[in-house]
Amino acid sequence: MTEHLLFKDIDEPGLSTLDVYRRRGGYESLRKALAMEPAAVLEQLSASGLRGRGGAGFAMGKKASFLPKGSMDKYLCCNADESEPGTFKDRELMQKSPHMLIEGMIIAAYAAGINRAFVYIRGEYAEQADVLDQAVAEAEAAGYIGENILGSDLSLSLVIHRGAGAYICGEETALLDSLEGKRGNPRLKPPFPANQGLYQGPTLINNVETLATVPHIIAMGGEAYAELGTETSTGTKLVSVSGNVQRPGNYEIELGTPSREIIYGLAGGPPEGREVLLWFPGGSSSPVLTKDDLDLPYDFDTMAKAGTMLGSGAIIVVDDSNTVVDVALKVAKFYRHESCGKCSPCREGTNWTVKMIERMRSGEATPMDLDIMASVQTNIIGHCLCVLGDAMAMPIGSMVEKFRPEFEAYIEERRRSGERDLGSSDLVDPPLQVLQGAR
Amino acid sequence: MSTVPRFGHGSRVPGWDDAVDLEKDPIEVPDPATTPVPDDLRAEIKSHLAKYPDPRSAALPALAAAQRRHGWCSPEAIAQVATVMRLTPAYLSAVATFYDMFHTEPVGLHKVYVCTNISCSLNGADALYERLADAAHGDEDLHVQHFECLGACDIAPMASVDGVYVGPMELDDVPKLLDDLAAGRPPLPEKQLRRRFSADPGANSRQFEPGPQNQPIIAAGTGGTPKPPIAFGAPMPGDEDRSDQPAPVEQAPDPPEDDEERA
Repeated sequence: MTEHLLFKDIDEPGLSTLDVYRRRGGYESLRKALAMEPAAVLEQLSASGLRGRGGAGFAMGKKASFLPKGSMDKYLCCNADESEPGTFKDRELMQKSPHMLIEGMIIAAYAAGINRAFVYIRGEYAEQADVLDQAVAEAEAAGYIGENILGSDLSLSLVIHRGAGAYICGEETALLDSLEGKRGNPRLKPPFPANQGLYQGPTLINNVETLATVPHIIAMGGEAYAELGTETSTGTKLVSVSGNVQRPGNYEIELGTPSREIIYGLAGGPPEGREVLLWFPGGSSSPVLTKDDLDLPYDFDTMAKAGTMLGSGAIIVVDDSNTVVDVALKVAKFYRHESCGKCSPCREGTNWTVKMIERMRSGEATPMDLDIMASVQTNIIGHCLCVLGDAMAMPIGSMVEKFRPEFEAYIEERRRSGERDLGSSDLVDPPLQVLQGAR
Repeated sequence: MSTVPRFGHGSRVPGWDDAVDLEKDPIEVPDPATTPVPDDLRAEIKSHLAKYPDPRSAALPALAAAQRRHGWCSPEAIAQVATVMRLTPAYLSAVATFYDMFHTEPVGLHKVYVCTNISCSLNGADALYERLADAAHGDEDLHVQHFECLGACDIAPMASVDGVYVGPMELDDVPKLLDDLAAGRPPLPEKQLRRRFSADPGANSRQFEPGPQNQPIIAAGTGGTPKPPIAFGAPMPGDEDRSDQPAPVEQAPDPPEDDEERA
């Protein structure tokens, strides 16, 4: 059985209350951390090798050490905007164990000398935000948040900030703009948030799962934590498995577990009689893998070597009762909707891609369109302020590359049948709908 | 979102690109003397303003509060927020139109968001959305909208009903859901996300019997039935009672009898 840290007590009744959390050893790590020097806490985090769980996989200890020293206002933002399709691990963590996140945030703030903390939670997570609000109130009353926490010289305020429904606000600089009360547009980097982030001050931004892991690292020691998982992908990870599987849900695994064991062993694989057509290893933004890749170990480096990414740890399984074109259309439509419109390659590229795939479905496409579509994807990648455009270009590009015969057969079949199925009219933009009606 | 008017053959109706009236004065920050703001809304916005080093950060919570009160981000709602926050209505409109959960056109009282993103659509969400949209057609109390990933792919296909997640939904659940909403009952109680244990065999779920007394959230003092969503739900009769409370952060759990009043 895999070592369980985050999910060990997750279904304990009332774990979201301070009493039960403390009975399960909660806030002991905070006492332990406050007895150490901040630099020593930072050293433990670096020694753990913990890599960010939000998508980029950047070393957490290193990121925290980038913050300048000195006595200015510094900010910690917990990214709880979890909008990557297929990801729902943070939701379960926040709903059932909010104090674990709060404790992790206090320790991270202590290590990096931060005095103001925010949780940016997506507006759709209304229940979870209420749970967090209640937990923060409890922690404040118990003296874990506020002035001179537990008699130390650490002072920290914590605010739960609700978003209002925008995928782009999960991008760190767009999150900062949104937290400042603006439209959630990404910023040009550099300067990086560690130097100029929220209110132009030094800002540390981490994912919920990353911060929730911090108390466990302090409890067991950074080096002991580093022994879990593989050498460069240490520790345990929550994996959200969904799509065509029999037991969808969150599973805590040690990094490096074979993917087949996760998809078939834990999640039960596709329904009887069906096979895996393709799977996204890290949310809908990651290039897809096929059933030939099922034996790859699930860790950051193996996934990078296979041309994809571990991302947020969201495995979406698509079985062979679906066509790759439908999946591509869903993915492209999502990014078209969520593009903030600031950079042309992303704003136009996502729209073009949707239109080209819709042409395939209406039987008007030729195989040449596949090359055009692939070239649109390469023209998006790396040409925008943030990676939202890339997040569509990479999976679509990989689908065209790996399933070219399927795309060609689909185009040919639709062209011959002359079928003009443009999908549900509700899901098509109004101007296009008018055009279709006129044709 | 307003769209450009077009002829049947697809061309845009002339005049679509006419400039706005450049002679007109821009709308300024509303005058508090001529823009009345309800006291409870003002108090809530002020409490949000106090939480942030830069008061502008309160724009999202303030708009959410105004939407909860007015049902949508109407020009009146935006003017009231602008009055309290000392911002121009144009700035707040720009913010409100960016986010999916702010409605800049009137919507029904109950907001049902159906996730039609990839994991849910692999499990039949498109059919579910169509069934719900059909059933809600002509019902002014209901606002059914297809939404991008709501972060609950483990209960696909799912919907967020006034902020309460329910799933996995079957097509047959649609009439029951509408009945629950019409009667003011909690939506599909047995299918609510909060009642689910973790899927992970290594979690400690197996030690506890599923049952009302062992539900993870219900134990937090909410009395066994879902309370009205605080962040983005429809306005509830109980909302007025909380007007002297500063903010959702400090709000006490609703008293149990609150639920009966909700019809």
